[in-house]
Amino acid sequence: MSEELYAVLTFQAGYNTSIVLAGVIALGIGGGVIGVFSFLRKRALISDAISHATLPGIAIAFLIGIALGGTGRNLALLMAGAATTGVLGVLCVQWIRDYTRLPEDTAIGTVLSVFFGLGIVLLSHIQALEAAGQAGLNSFLLGSTAALTAGEAQLIGGASLLTILIALLLLKEFGAVAFDEGFAAAQGWRIARLDLAMIGLLLAIVAIGLKTVGLVLIIALVIIPPASARFWTEKLGRLVALSGLFGGLAGWTGGSLSALLPDMPAGAVIVLAAATIFAFSLMFAPRRGVIGWAVRRLKMRLRAASVRGLLAMADGYLPPDGLSYHVIRLRGYIDGDARITESGRRAAAEMRRQDRLWQTYRTRHPDAALAFNPLSGLRIEDVLSADIIAALEGPAR
Amino acid sequence: MSPPRLIPFESRQPRNYAAPSPLSIRGLSVAYDDKPAVWDLDYDAPDRGLIAVIGPNGAGKSTMIKAMLGLVPALAGDVRIFGSKLRQARRRIAYIPQRTSVDWDFPASAEDVVAMGLYGEIGWCRPVRRRHRDAARDYLDRVGMADFAGRQIGQLSGGQQQRVFLARALAQKADLYLMDEPFAGVDAATERAIVNVMRGVRDAGATVLCVHHDLQTVADYFDHALILNVRAIAQGTVKDVLTEDVLQRAYGGRLAETEIRAIARSA
Repeated sequence: MSEELYAVLTFQAGYNTSIVLAGVIALGIGGGVIGVFSFLRKRALISDAISHATLPGIAIAFLIGIALGGTGRNLALLMAGAATTGVLGVLCVQWIRDYTRLPEDTAIGTVLSVFFGLGIVLLSHIQALEAAGQAGLNSFLLGSTAALTAGEAQLIGGASLLTILIALLLLKEFGAVAFDEGFAAAQGWRIARLDLAMIGLLLAIVAIGLKTVGLVLIIALVIIPPASARFWTEKLGRLVALSGLFGGLAGWTGGSLSALLPDMPAGAVIVLAAATIFAFSLMFAPRRGVIGWAVRRLKMRLRAASVRGLLAMADGYLPPDGLSYHVIRLRGYIDGDARITESGRRAAAEMRRQDRLWQTYRTRHPDAALAFNPLSGLRIEDVLSADIIAALEGPAR
Repeated sequence: MSPPRLIPFESRQPRNYAAPSPLSIRGLSVAYDDKPAVWDLDYDAPDRGLIAVIGPNGAGKSTMIKAMLGLVPALAGDVRIFGSKLRQARRRIAYIPQRTSVDWDFPASAEDVVAMGLYGEIGWCRPVRRRHRDAARDYLDRVGMADFAGRQIGQLSGGQQQRVFLARALAQKADLYLMDEPFAGVDAATERAIVNVMRGVRDAGATVLCVHHDLQTVADYFDHALILNVRAIAQGTVKDVLTEDVLQRAYGGRLAETEIRAIARSA
């Protein structure tokens, strides 16, 4: 099993598997890149409305295919059908949002379920027909990489790359609209058109990815990678790059696994791969991750406790609370008899001096002092030059 | 004898200025649902003026600016910027909105935000280059924020954020600056920075129109005023406009007599 997995991962498991894997990776990157914009625009859920709204289109396209005498399994025709009702779904959401007083999430929930319901009814009807190729339609729900032909994978890969290219060209504009809509509008940009372009790209990724990831789960491909990437960076460019990377990674590992496990729905496997990246980012990202945050908070509490304790000792009191007492005791500034030690006396006097200098700095230079965090563990000598400190020691000018 | 020919609406009230005014408004009316916010406003901004737009809450001050920029639909009216329609004059305007429309957790540094002011110059679909970043840093320096260029925008204090937006407006190198209450909730250092920037761009030849709330400081910071209460109450130099009579008409019972007298005396 592990040898086979290695072969798939390194593109050595045959031409067809490799092409399919490349297509899935491109799709993952595409979802990650486009997802950043809907994520930042706080409209990530619109892609769920789009994906569910594609189901009736797929079913109708299949019926048209049969009526025209084919098998109904022409991927291009099915994608076109999917895109058509996907657009209809978006239009319905926007119409409800703009012309009623209902909020967008309500509109999305309504449209999503109604279109999906309609699609399921049509799908059941098709299954009763016993037409050729109808079994393949189920893969649109939960996705499948096994059923993908090399030609289909190339179509998916090429279309993903094109979508990524357009998204990157509009990076700066999408960013400005998401950050400050009022400013963008004052520049004379048509916000509605830019939003439409963003939704168009989302729709393209959804339509492209339907067969591989399936419409139920494809939203994960545009939400999870940007959400994971956001933990790691405060820069838009890096966010896009990382999100694309994470999406591609999920496509690569998930796609490889699902090639080995043809009975598992590919969409679910890929989403689980993306979720692993998300969980890792959530925990371990240094600035925004949960562990980093908890560690910083703990350090800050300990530092505050030590400052509190030392300042109390400088005035001849015991540390004011349990935490500061233990911190001070652990550092050997107090002995077991509640007596201040020699090192404790020196530390308390130094803390008193630091505190006095910071207070003076704050009163005399309130603006500059804003930039300094007194609990950062830095001493005033680390931040200010000797002559400024000397001036602070002296009287006010 | 036939009746006299009607003259075009735009030329109602002859202009006092030889060159096209930075901003001239004719018959601007805006309503929210069925409630008028700005009604039949005529205004000609003086060239190189520092203009305060003042009036009580709900007087339509912000609405007037938004309607001029096409951000809220106007019922009627004609707005000319340096004699041209808004569409041709966009690049000559810089707008500092109230701070509420911004996503503070957005992955952008102070420098990135200022670089947005250069987007008009950079053009669509083109990347922000090194020289644009350098320029953005220079503008940050001019508002005393050079040390914070790399800081994520949400991690700055309110006054610092306001100075970043001021730098973004400077980067647009505009001829007409529209500011919506830039002094709201800022610290003393920021207030000074804003005043210095306003005077700087005015001295460089631009015009500044600024929605202002604090009547006490109007006379210190501005040289012209437009007093608005849905309709235009008065316009002209601060000295001429800030009179007891005008303030009484604009604010009615909302200002105490003593306050009105003190403000009128400050002008």
